[in-house]
Amino acid sequence: MSSVPISWYLLLSAVLFGIGAIGALTRRNGISIFLSVELMLNAGNLTLIAYARQWNDHTGQLIVFFVMAVAAAEAAVGLALFIAVFRQRRTIDVNRLNLLQG
Amino acid sequence: METVIFFLFAALAIGSAIVVVTHRSPIYATLSLVLTLFSMAVLFVLLGAPFVGVLQILVYAGAIVVLFLFVIMLLNVQKEENAHVDRGVQLWIAILGAVVFLGLFWLAFWRTGLRIGGPAPARLTEDLVGLKGLATALFTDYLLPFEIVGLLLLVAVIGATVAARRSDSETVRPDDDFVSGDEPRTDPLRSLPDPHRTSVAEPAYSSSKREAHS
Repeated sequence: MSSVPISWYLLLSAVLFGIGAIGALTRRNGISIFLSVELMLNAGNLTLIAYARQWNDHTGQLIVFFVMAVAAAEAAVGLALFIAVFRQRRTIDVNRLNLLQG
Repeated sequence: METVIFFLFAALAIGSAIVVVTHRSPIYATLSLVLTLFSMAVLFVLLGAPFVGVLQILVYAGAIVVLFLFVIMLLNVQKEENAHVDRGVQLWIAILGAVVFLGLFWLAFWRTGLRIGGPAPARLTEDLVGLKGLATALFTDYLLPFEIVGLLLLVAVIGATVAARRSDSETVRPDDDFVSGDEPRTDPLRSLPDPHRTSVAEPAYSSSKREAHS
């Protein structure tokens, strides 16, 4: 059974992170930005798991648990905020949410 | 065999990730995210973390994505209008930033001694794959972070409930509904956005409703 080198996984996670970063910077729909952020978090998780495999250590997998919990909390609070914003403004287009722009 | 699975699901992950960030409809983007998460769960299993892979499907695809879908349907999010921003500059700057970031990332990998086409990692050990070592580490060395994460989730639940709740001034009391059932409701989440209505943010108690009460 041939094994895939860890560097391929790291390259894949870097590419996924880049795609997520481009999405988070260019999308204007708030929910799409959130989806991109989830993508970036997952790319980070892939890196952690790959290094856990490389060094034969559990710690990376444990940190992935914590990242998942934080991502769940972030999604819950963020989506609730979007609901609150939508009630006020009837839009979640982040270019129109410029109340704090000064 | 492992190589074939890796490239198959890596391609699937990248393809669906591109769909996530490019598709105009949030629903399709979210469903495409499910595909990305699933293929990454497969990669987790390949990397000797089957429990994390299962957790990925349960927590991400099962809970977080469903939350996204609910909010999208609740808000009736339209497709992005593309009118009033020059998107080109923003897009190119974002791509430039991502490329620079990837370069730095690659430098970091290089510094840790990993090379493309480097040697395959050591064989999977029972200790890494098995749940016992993971659980032992989680409940001994990492007990405090574990508890803090539990607290964080509690705070998030409370915060989300408070943030998404209607404030008291716009709460529709049950007898109001009963008295004026045909009144046009103003909370956008109660009545889905009416395209013909011009006013965007009117107070929940319109003057006509107050008159109807008095």
